[in-house]
Amino acid sequence: MTKKRTIRSIPQQRTQMREQPARERVKNFSEVACGYQLEDALRESERCLFCPEQPCVAGCPVGIDIPGFIRKLGEKNFRGAYEILTDTNLLPAICGRVCPQESQCEGVCVVGDTLEPVAIGRLERWVGDTAIAEGWVSIPYIEPNGFKIGIVGSGPAGMACAADMVKAGCEVTVFEAFHQPGGVLRYGIPDFRLPNEVIDAEIRTLRKLGVKFACNTLVGRLFTIGQMIDEMGFDAVFIGTGAGYPTMLGISGDTLNGVLSANELLTRCNLMRAKDFPNYDTPLPVGRQVAVIGAGNTAMDAMRVCLRLGAEKVHCIYRRSPTECPARAEEVHHAEEEGVEFHWLTNPVAVLDDGNGSVRGMRCIRMELGEPDESGRRRPVPVAGSEHDIACDLVVFAIGTNANPIIGQTSRLKLNKRGYIEVDEHLATSMVGVFAGGDIVTGAATVIEAMGAGRRAARSMKDYLHIRDCNLPYTGDGSSATKCFGLDMREQNFTRVYAA
Amino acid sequence: MADADTPGFEIVGREDFSPATYSLIIRHPLMARAARPGQFVIAMSHESGERIPLTIADFDREKGTITLVVQAVGKTTKEMQQTCQVGTTLYALVGPMGIPSPLGTAKKVVCVGGGLGVAPIFPQARGLKENGAYVIGVLGFRSKNLVFWQDHPDIDEVIAIGPPLMMKACAEVTRPHAIKTMVSLNPIMVDGTGMCGGCRVKLGDQVKFACVDGPDFDGHKVDFADLIMRLRRYAEQEKTAVQRWSENCRMKDQIESEGTLAQAEQPLFDAYAYNELIDLFDPFEQVKGG
Repeated sequence: MTKKRTIRSIPQQRTQMREQPARERVKNFSEVACGYQLEDALRESERCLFCPEQPCVAGCPVGIDIPGFIRKLGEKNFRGAYEILTDTNLLPAICGRVCPQESQCEGVCVVGDTLEPVAIGRLERWVGDTAIAEGWVSIPYIEPNGFKIGIVGSGPAGMACAADMVKAGCEVTVFEAFHQPGGVLRYGIPDFRLPNEVIDAEIRTLRKLGVKFACNTLVGRLFTIGQMIDEMGFDAVFIGTGAGYPTMLGISGDTLNGVLSANELLTRCNLMRAKDFPNYDTPLPVGRQVAVIGAGNTAMDAMRVCLRLGAEKVHCIYRRSPTECPARAEEVHHAEEEGVEFHWLTNPVAVLDDGNGSVRGMRCIRMELGEPDESGRRRPVPVAGSEHDIACDLVVFAIGTNANPIIGQTSRLKLNKRGYIEVDEHLATSMVGVFAGGDIVTGAATVIEAMGAGRRAARSMKDYLHIRDCNLPYTGDGSSATKCFGLDMREQNFTRVYAA
Repeated sequence: MADADTPGFEIVGREDFSPATYSLIIRHPLMARAARPGQFVIAMSHESGERIPLTIADFDREKGTITLVVQAVGKTTKEMQQTCQVGTTLYALVGPMGIPSPLGTAKKVVCVGGGLGVAPIFPQARGLKENGAYVIGVLGFRSKNLVFWQDHPDIDEVIAIGPPLMMKACAEVTRPHAIKTMVSLNPIMVDGTGMCGGCRVKLGDQVKFACVDGPDFDGHKVDFADLIMRLRRYAEQEKTAVQRWSENCRMKDQIESEGTLAQAEQPLFDAYAYNELIDLFDPFEQVKGG
């Protein structure tokens, strides 16, 4: 009988996690955060109070049973912890690395009221990494139900939807326009935050479950959504094409050579491996000084990539103050350690030409915070007469994205004013049998939210196709919710039970 | 990570028109079915290669093939000239990309193909002809003297595809006559699906992406100076890449032929004069005379 934990009896300090020192890590693309060792994970798991309120579960966009997996972890039942995690979140190794835990589970942790919150993200990552290292994949026997599902986009939303539908017995094909699957996980998030090996491992798991990945397929152009339903025999389709169309700067000089979107920089570096130029053919010269406009996660990634590609100085230009900065706290902290120079309350005015059509610098203006705007954040207003120039060879802009236009251009799907796909509360679009989720619906958001949307869409798809969802307990005969005809409903390896 | 479900795209035909131009015929039944005039593909010849846009010069829906015409100008296209033989595969091929050319209701259209622009203009001319238009084809257009203007005062539209300077010249010639002029732009591209903005082009005060908003645009609105400048972005890296690649080839040949340098200089095929290209590849035989 274990003693009940109190705030005073648990380890007071959060367990440290080893990180690559800043000066070393700006020269390589290896992971910055090195993860916990077994002892660290066990010690940190002792800090969970198993409080009755469990605000962490509600704080998680997909409602992972956090105390559940931490309990199993503490009992050294690591496989059990993995099973609980993957019940709700299929990509723990990925989410543990990229979720903004400080505004989700860890942000509402009860321990965090007095001490530092339990490092839930690090624990999740440890379990995910261990699962990959040990090769754990639970492949239950899945009875095929004959339904064919098409998933457009192999990013987090598509992957989550694919996993749920394949476990329900459907024949799932994921279509990806790029030559490698993973979506924003692959092209957007650099190796030092999310190594490609982790993405590959998760995709391998999905393929073992039976999901087919068809790359080099541009849905909308090679064939349309309409053709998928009408001609190609798909019973339902999920669209997770993302919101990658970058917002332009809209200032003079923004088409000069040396001005590029963070998406282009990251795609060249991460997907096309320009960091290994000339062994890989795609080039990405960064010059000596770089100015990155924006302070979201994409901007942070762009800044730190430029440092690793040899830039001597990287400036971050952001029109608001550090309080409004939307990036994940750990990324801002790491960027500061690596030597990025932050120019808060500064806005670009014009990019300056060197006479040859390339960038020689950028004219900026200081801002001050005025009244709040619709998003609730204080609106920045320029301070007259405060123009100043910053010397740079490269300008990278990461000031937001819009919906990818291709599906909208090639289908009759109803879009909202800003070009995103309109869906109802079940994530169903205006076309029957077609569902959508993730950034293409909500605008740019996080990996875990996209996964949550993928899972919700899968539930709606199962309803639409009348596939009984084994995750829900059978309540038909009024007796036990967990037993049905002598079979334990928590056994998820069947899809239909016919009553005689 | 190789994707085992789509193991490369097979090259089933190849023609060499000149020391610098060649065509590849690739088996891709789905794309042959979907391709429309004016669209393009993005291809990678091997896993560490670049993504390059290539116009779809022709598509055969029965045979299930598409044709790409390539000019060997830089490292990738020169390397492909050597490695892309019949029976080999391309590592990546995605398309058909871009908004298909609007064939519209124009009754009399001039199709101008400069240099390699001859290739993409062919399916457009064919499509227009099938739509019932009177199509005049002009190839290898260099001078501003358009003698035939006098014979045809009722031209509805001009479609010009070729090097940016040529398209710019065409647009300037038609501007005083206010004849609608469509051009097909060729900026540097990476993803081709509208998520990087690398292919952005200026049209007046608007910015559009050639991969999803084009590649066809109104020639009178395009800022050609900007396009030409942006095409030079990687000039230095391109030069170094070609130099390094030629040195590698020369060294390889040297090793293979045990020290004789002459082997590296031998052309891979017979050389055709540029003018004869028109005889080989005259798409307007049926079109002349309407």
